[in-house]
Amino acid sequence: MRNYALLVLLISSITTMSQNCDHSLSGIVTDIHDGQLLIGVTVIIVNSEQAVQTGVDGTFSFSNLCNDTYYIQVSHPYCLTKGFTVRVSGDTTKAFKLEHHIEELNRITIEGKAYSDKTKTILESTINKDELERFSSGSLGDALKNLSGVSSLSTGNTVVKPMINGLHSSRIVIINNGVRMEDQEWGAEHAPNIDINTVSNLTVIKGAGALQFSGDAVGGVIIAEASKVPVKDSLYGKTLMTAASNGRGLSLSSQLTKSYQNGWYSTLQGTLKLFGDFETPDYVLSNTGIFERNASLKVGFNRFDYGIEAYYSIFKNEIGILAASHLGGAQDQIRALESPIPLIINDFSYTTDAPKQDVTHHLATIKGFKKFDDFGKLSLQYDFQRNNRLEYDIRRGDDKNKASSDLQLDTHTVLLDLDAPLTDKIVLKTGLMAKYQKNVANPDTGVRRLIPDFQMYDLGMYFVMDYQLNDQWLLEAGGRFDYSFMDVFKFYRTSFWELRNYDQLFPEIVLEELENQILTNPELSFNNGSGTLGASYAFGKNSKLFFNYSIASRAPNSSELFSEGLHHSASRIELGDLRFNSEISHKVSLTFQKANDVFSFQINPYINTISDFIVNEPTGIQQTVRGNFQVWEYRQTNAQLLGIDVDVSYEFAKNYRLNTQFSLVKGNDRTNDAPLIGMPPANLSNQIVYQNPKFNNLRLALQSAYHFKQNDYPDTNFEVFNPETERSQIVDFSTPPDAYHLLNFSSSIDLNINQKSKFTVGFTITNLLDTSYRNYLNRLRFYADDLGRNFLLNLKINY
Amino acid sequence: MKNMKFLTAALFISSLFIGCSKDDAPAPVNEEEVITTLTVTLVPNDGGTAITLQSRDLDGDGSDAPVITTGDLTTGVTYRGRIVLLNETVDPADDITEEVEEESLEHQFFYTSGGDLDITISNENLDTDGNKLGTEFTLVAGAASSGTLTFTLRHEPTKPNTGLEDAGGETDIFATFSVSVE
Repeated sequence: MRNYALLVLLISSITTMSQNCDHSLSGIVTDIHDGQLLIGVTVIIVNSEQAVQTGVDGTFSFSNLCNDTYYIQVSHPYCLTKGFTVRVSGDTTKAFKLEHHIEELNRITIEGKAYSDKTKTILESTINKDELERFSSGSLGDALKNLSGVSSLSTGNTVVKPMINGLHSSRIVIINNGVRMEDQEWGAEHAPNIDINTVSNLTVIKGAGALQFSGDAVGGVIIAEASKVPVKDSLYGKTLMTAASNGRGLSLSSQLTKSYQNGWYSTLQGTLKLFGDFETPDYVLSNTGIFERNASLKVGFNRFDYGIEAYYSIFKNEIGILAASHLGGAQDQIRALESPIPLIINDFSYTTDAPKQDVTHHLATIKGFKKFDDFGKLSLQYDFQRNNRLEYDIRRGDDKNKASSDLQLDTHTVLLDLDAPLTDKIVLKTGLMAKYQKNVANPDTGVRRLIPDFQMYDLGMYFVMDYQLNDQWLLEAGGRFDYSFMDVFKFYRTSFWELRNYDQLFPEIVLEELENQILTNPELSFNNGSGTLGASYAFGKNSKLFFNYSIASRAPNSSELFSEGLHHSASRIELGDLRFNSEISHKVSLTFQKANDVFSFQINPYINTISDFIVNEPTGIQQTVRGNFQVWEYRQTNAQLLGIDVDVSYEFAKNYRLNTQFSLVKGNDRTNDAPLIGMPPANLSNQIVYQNPKFNNLRLALQSAYHFKQNDYPDTNFEVFNPETERSQIVDFSTPPDAYHLLNFSSSIDLNINQKSKFTVGFTITNLLDTSYRNYLNRLRFYADDLGRNFLLNLKINY
Repeated sequence: MKNMKFLTAALFISSLFIGCSKDDAPAPVNEEEVITTLTVTLVPNDGGTAITLQSRDLDGDGSDAPVITTGDLTTGVTYRGRIVLLNETVDPADDITEEVEEESLEHQFFYTSGGDLDITISNENLDTDGNKLGTEFTLVAGAASSGTLTFTLRHEPTKPNTGLEDAGGETDIFATFSVSVE
């Protein structure tokens, strides 16, 4: 409205000059942050009668201009009005940029994309702020598994690792606030160390195409971003509280942002979660509570064309591991498998004892950017991460309260990135990365190091270019090269060293021979190339086709190379292999998308062929005085994953919507012609949502989730000698659990307190029917059922 | 001004890289809790030669299997048994039996005979609460027979119990010997 008034005012104060003026000025208005086209922007030539608005393509055009200098005013309801001086010489084109994110302050839901695409030819899946807030008391993995093609590998219900199209751990790169998480992600029971409450936008890229982040994301990339702070004088925040019946716990998260017109801003955020033992429909899962404390502080300065930001966060989580899962040898496992209920069930408690994990993650980053008019945006970032992981097992004697594993991983990274629009149609992203990492395994634990001491140096460089051929076609190509060098000090057991013939193969790396151990100094280097090639094609009404081919190379991680010994928390002996080379994945993915307000449909078939794929599988039984233990050996093979993800959303009546998702993946070990272990079974989810924006934004949703039984699995059963019967007994360690069906209900309503504050109440019931089930991808499925019914009350205040 | 900041940051960062030199080799970890050796000494009441059953696995949970030494019992003889647990990865060897006996409430030995082996075990020593601990016991060899004899040490069992079936806990030792009574 204000703009129109201004317009009228301006129009009435013109003096027209008559010259030979038949030139034009045309151009485009975009968001300074992400290049998003801005629609409905008023562009005025000051002191002339001419004013136009940008169309749906963000363009505007003036005609009949003279060769002269004009003062142009560009304004938009959600942007600060800006003035530009433009020299018209012949037919001139000019691009204007506005600071568009002021609207976030008003908490208006942003329709369309407020965040830039990470890759242009792989369809990204995103979870927005509203959705994430529903998982405030859960973990990143809990939120992510609601996307099609994303499942989770869990250890109980509090250690949840995301799995993309059947792949997990080191094959998934997580970017938190621009920083690649280095939180010992190699372990299957190591969950990402991110507080979900610091994230306001979560993006999943199901492939390795986002080369600016990494070249080794064989499974995919997860990008967690905080919301942007407007350049305006303001103070705002929110507090979220969730109370849950299952675990009898509470989660509290609060954040406060202060911003100034001059560009300075700061955000302080904190989260506290305390849960006791969780429960299945029939019994208490003893020792499964968590105590999580997180805090973060961000201070920055943002002008339109340059800015700097410093960020620090601490994440600390104490997680109890199901008491009944801590076992001695195979005899204990037989007992546990044969028992329909866990071997240890105690009364509900908030205290956690061994076995448990205590993880602390510090992340500090400082980054700056500068935009050069004819050149692009140059950014420089340094980050430091310190990850300390303590794992407690049940121990004897003086060591009772001592951790059995104490690993500290420090990572320093420097990133230099350039985002340069070479022409109107070609955008180049390129950059360099240097990383230094040091892992120290504390010897005071009195337990041999599962992961050895090492130092690692990485250097990477990449480019990604996209070319907007025409309105329909966009082409994308990119390449990346990474060099990594690992300098390791590893103690091998002499027996294992000789069994593997390492004494013949690597005599040169031996530093010292001790009584029953050998100290070695492996120095490994890996040269990894990766690339992406893709196209997107827009056609018909709202239809789009994405095609992408990506090649990714991943160096084996320290666990795959060096594991050697009894992993108490998994009650198995894990053996890595020093001889591994990088695994190389070729993924072809195709996505068809049709989207409009009423109906949207996406189908994404893919094929991922991986050579030298590293699998960890049971290979036998090893005798010790403690009993027989299952041996899990890492080996390399040629694998292929074939899958399809389908998403459908249909507004079948006003305010009513049906969302359907289906995911299927088949993993095949092509060397052995057998199924791959640990592939997610097919799942189908249907959700009916009623949402009425006119009635306090009331939202009611009922979800039905059907998880099929995994029928393709390798036979990894093993035989154990039973001395009582003097016969061998087969231990069924491979048959997946039966299919199951869960119903979940969620609801929320907004209550406006006053103009500035909004109060949202939500009520959720998960596992509505209190179904007993076990999930194939839960590592504790052998010992206990999964969670029973849970009532959650969510309260949120925006202020 | 801005460039200066970048420059400072860059210098700071590069110094971190230059600062990293190769550290000294780490210290070895000699595991204190490993049980490498279970020795059961059976001393006959009649003054005959003692019989030793031993399971010895010097690389702990490494790839080598335990070395088993066994012996044969004599019909009708009563033996006084004593179990000793050692960690022989350290020098001198650590006597783990002492720890087990100190934490007697949290431990218990169980004896399982398999096959046709005709033996009876009774009279176990007790923990501080008067429940069975079983590092010492009495064994009576019955009729001529052969089979297996298994020693199981459970950590944190339910006490008292009627045997392995309802003892629960976690297995710390599981050693089986082929034994005959002659």
